[in-house]
Amino acid sequence: MAVEHLNGEGDGGMLQTFSSKALDGTGILGKKVEYVTGDTQTKPDAARASARSMIEKDGAIMVTGGSSSGVAVAVQALCQEAGIIFMAGLTHSNDTTGKDKKANGFRHFFNSYMTGAALAPVLADRYGSDRKAYHLTADYNWGYTTEEAVRNSTEALGWETVAAVKTPLSQTDFSSYVAPVLNSGADVLVLNHYGGNMVNSLTSAVEFGLRAAQANGKNFEIVVPLYSRLMAKGAGKNVAGIFGTTGWHWSLENTAGSRYAGTNAFVKSFGEKYGFPPSQAAHTCYCQTLLYADAVQRGGSFNPCSVIEALEGFEFDGMGNGPTLYRAEDHQCIKDVLVVRGKENPANDFDLLELVDVTPAEAVTFDPAIFGGELGSCNPGA
Amino acid sequence: MDQIILQVLNGLDKGSAYALIALGLTLIFGTLGVVNFAHGALFMLGAFCAITFSRILSLSHVVIDETQKDFLGNPLKVDVPHIYDWFGESAGQAIINWSVPLAILFAIPVMIIIGVIMERGLIKHFYKRPHADQILVTFGLAIVLQEIVKYYFGANQIPNPAPEAFIGSFDFGAAIGLKAGTIIYPYWRIVYFCFAMLLIGSVFAFLQFTTFGMVVRAGMADRETVELLGINIDKRFTIMFGVAAAVAGLAGVMYTPINPPNYHMGMDFLVISFVVVVVGGMGSLPGAVAAGLLLGILESFASMRQVIEALPGINQVVIYLAAIVILLTRPRGLMGRKGVMED
Repeated sequence: MAVEHLNGEGDGGMLQTFSSKALDGTGILGKKVEYVTGDTQTKPDAARASARSMIEKDGAIMVTGGSSSGVAVAVQALCQEAGIIFMAGLTHSNDTTGKDKKANGFRHFFNSYMTGAALAPVLADRYGSDRKAYHLTADYNWGYTTEEAVRNSTEALGWETVAAVKTPLSQTDFSSYVAPVLNSGADVLVLNHYGGNMVNSLTSAVEFGLRAAQANGKNFEIVVPLYSRLMAKGAGKNVAGIFGTTGWHWSLENTAGSRYAGTNAFVKSFGEKYGFPPSQAAHTCYCQTLLYADAVQRGGSFNPCSVIEALEGFEFDGMGNGPTLYRAEDHQCIKDVLVVRGKENPANDFDLLELVDVTPAEAVTFDPAIFGGELGSCNPGA
Repeated sequence: MDQIILQVLNGLDKGSAYALIALGLTLIFGTLGVVNFAHGALFMLGAFCAITFSRILSLSHVVIDETQKDFLGNPLKVDVPHIYDWFGESAGQAIINWSVPLAILFAIPVMIIIGVIMERGLIKHFYKRPHADQILVTFGLAIVLQEIVKYYFGANQIPNPAPEAFIGSFDFGAAIGLKAGTIIYPYWRIVYFCFAMLLIGSVFAFLQFTTFGMVVRAGMADRETVELLGINIDKRFTIMFGVAAAVAGLAGVMYTPINPPNYHMGMDFLVISFVVVVVGGMGSLPGAVAAGLLLGILESFASMRQVIEALPGINQVVIYLAAIVILLTRPRGLMGRKGVMED
């Protein structure tokens, strides 16, 4: 849909609300935009092979998308080597713009640190500062950084971490990990899981009565740091009342006001085309495509070094997240983060999360040096 | 103590799923001598029988509700299941609510037909081929079945909850005189375990106490002699393939409330189920059941925090470690026939 809008088809979507007016619906620098797609299978190897084919066979000059940090880190490194731009899709690990950052890579999505910073104050406010947390953490890079972020943020507010158990990424039945939680002294279970892992672990946790249980004289609570609509849909009614964060939500402009202009324009375009409201993954990839196109247009060149220069330190608005900065130091977008909760009585498959709070960008901003890594220099390619 | 009881319960429940799949695998290997790598896909197809049945029950017509708006501000389209029109809203809701147990009736004939078509259409051509060929063709078939399901149902998990009567947990702790709330176990997992035991018992009874079962057992022991007696053993073995498919399918149907199914769920169970079959003893039905439960319990204990802290990573390898130890000390497996795999 982003390509359609760039080429002047459809209603223009967020091009109408985007603060930069460089793009005019005539393609990029007068050239019509074409695209190819590939399946990452959520596997770094498959993603690299697919991206390599796009670059070498199809002549792609920008790659966007992906739905895991493993994929993002792998494809970002490939794009750096190949001298093209990578506009990351759904990737939440600190490492993507931390220790694994690259000059040719940019992330619009938020990260684990920002989740912890946004979520912890809301949790302390709702559940109190005297809480004991038990973490179940997916045994891979994203799991570690999310556990670290949520632990640090909640412990800073007075919570104690009773235990943190790593669960295999391939695990499907989490009953043996969930069952001991209630007798561990904890009164909060934090599920540092994503995708199918989260669906299954949350289903097990609810099945084992944790939502209805009492511990340490308090209601037992479950927290899912990162939500996506597909995960909420997969877990069904089990998400009801459970807190988490998300990068964007289709109802944001209606519930939180015109600061989030662009949201309704995007929802209208997407909803009329596909018949359902867009997810945060669709939003971030759409934004990334427009941001890349805009950077080319403003820089006057497809040369990756010119694009990087145009994107670094770029401040923009009207893309549904409020005022946003593409930070030069780590190529991370700094913007507001949404704290959401699973709805008790969703009206349909897309009405699963309700907005609880919006944490302003200033409260989730971090020092880019803390996660290490070096951007290196831009690779202009052949 | 409470942790031990809890993990035993967990292990029995998890092991019962392994046992059901391994039982079907063993039935097929014992009768037809085929190493069926598509067996996990049959488990997955069973789960999608439950999803399909639930969708059939929920087939709806659209009613426009002018009083509500959709996300684009248009009048809301509300799906009203046809079943509400036929039986009234409360009866219709109750039927949809019980869709998982009711799906058993739908899945049995569907899975038997799928099993028979699979055996007659493809697998029979590989009876006399090496096991490597059988593995390749059945693994390929599993991938094809997976992709077909992915095409029609999508790649994401689809929730299919248990009837409301079985949502919640049973307090074992209070029931056996321990502190209340220390051993809590979900009702549906208890139902799953009981269902698995009933199904396993039915398969054994079928083989043990019916004439058909007697002939099949005789065929498993000495196929040529049975054929010399003028019995069409091929036909019976084809039916047994259908029965094994139905057993895997029913395991999948009842598993849907435990983990929302996706197209890949069969592969997740396949490798472990093969380990279960080998540990139990190739071709041994009681061995498959015993090994399934044993490995399920071992896996549960290895997932305990205290165990992981003492032996990091043990939760990921315990089943394979146990398999290595058992096969080194007893190559024919726990209950395998003497001489098998022992040369």
